[in-house]
Amino acid sequence: MQTPASFEYERATSVEGAIASLQKLGSEARIIAGGHSLLPMMKLRLANPEHLIDINDLTELSYIREQDDEISIGALTRHVELLKSDLLAQHFPVFRDAENVIADPVVRNRGTIGGSLCQADAAEDLSAVCSAVKAKAVIRGADGERVVAMEDFHIGPYVTAVGDGEMLTEVRIPLRPGGGSAHEKVERRAGDWAIAAASAAIWIEGGTIADAGIALSAVGLTTIHLSRAEELLRGKPPSEELFAQAGEIASADCAPRADGRGPIDYKRHLAGVLTTRALSRATARALQQEA
Amino acid sequence: MHVSISINGEQVSREIEPRQLLIHFIRETPDLTGTHWGCDTSNCGACVVLMDDQPVKSCTILAAMCEGHEIRTVESLEVNGRLDPVQMGFHEQHALQCGFCTPGMLMTARALLDENPDPTDQEIRTAISGAICRCTGYKNIVSAVRWAAEYEAATKQEV
Repeated sequence: MQTPASFEYERATSVEGAIASLQKLGSEARIIAGGHSLLPMMKLRLANPEHLIDINDLTELSYIREQDDEISIGALTRHVELLKSDLLAQHFPVFRDAENVIADPVVRNRGTIGGSLCQADAAEDLSAVCSAVKAKAVIRGADGERVVAMEDFHIGPYVTAVGDGEMLTEVRIPLRPGGGSAHEKVERRAGDWAIAAASAAIWIEGGTIADAGIALSAVGLTTIHLSRAEELLRGKPPSEELFAQAGEIASADCAPRADGRGPIDYKRHLAGVLTTRALSRATARALQQEA
Repeated sequence: MHVSISINGEQVSREIEPRQLLIHFIRETPDLTGTHWGCDTSNCGACVVLMDDQPVKSCTILAAMCEGHEIRTVESLEVNGRLDPVQMGFHEQHALQCGFCTPGMLMTARALLDENPDPTDQEIRTAISGAICRCTGYKNIVSAVRWAAEYEAATKQEV
């Protein structure tokens, strides 16, 4: 039987209350939302928090809305809601691409975007998605909010910028014209972690790439931000040749390890191919939107 | 801690450790051992129950998190000796052999038909993609869910 080590449990009735508890209890306290990342870690005793603060009643943290040229997503928004949101699919179809292949529909009923990002597993899809679309994480503590870009959010394996006494409350994605996005993943079987996955977003203005975001899952110790490939794309007209070059950079700049999902050369190959494909699909979507 | 959860419409109250998982809370309740405890890692789907009408894996939810929510288990499907159409479908289409995955499959199928009364084979396969069956090869399970969908459509027309 897999059972977590003992802990104290409390249910938060407000965001302020949850933060006050985190402040009081220190580094041994953890937020639990869907629990589909944290509880498995606790069963394996890889995580042994002494206190769990359940935020499932904080429905004010569950929303997807458009305001002030941004899409904002509450941290408690569940995978199934991200999958079904037409607003999100309209602006950032990369979310629907990814959500269709994140775990299985039953798990998606519970898991949340906040939990996925805070778990910061290198193989987790939403971290790459949020990096590609240049999302920002809103982290709240006792002294108020701070806003952190995704490249500063991922600090290491299972480690994020969220400190003791703080919680992730929202993900914000700036809306810019001419955008398209896509997620490509290869997995061993339905619902498995990625062997490799690539998220891409692209913004096209007047026939040239104004900006691009590319991130990889499962081919490094953390989510890989492909800043060198993004730099290559900026200011150039989109083309399959250019995207093939970006794919070569992805193969070179990732850092996969050999494991049961495959050897290093295969994963590097996948990182490249999936980056190229994600860029092509993102561009097709951007141009369709422009037309 | 004291926890009180509505299971199949009845309030079940007990002193538990906060670390008790929903699957064990359910199975330690008299006459509620129908929910199966399988892989313990949220992969196999044998432990699926409905929480506020949504299928969830009860091995990966704390019992304490369920207070104030409605839990439905496989025991709730049969009413007054009459099987639920998904149970009838599994019987008619021979959708189980060893039967270990069946409680989870039935609850997953029930939730699917409640949300989508006329699913395609692909939609059925997607819905049960979080549930593992090592006997049937899934074909008969898909047929059983289709059978239940058609049975429900036909009986609704009669009324």
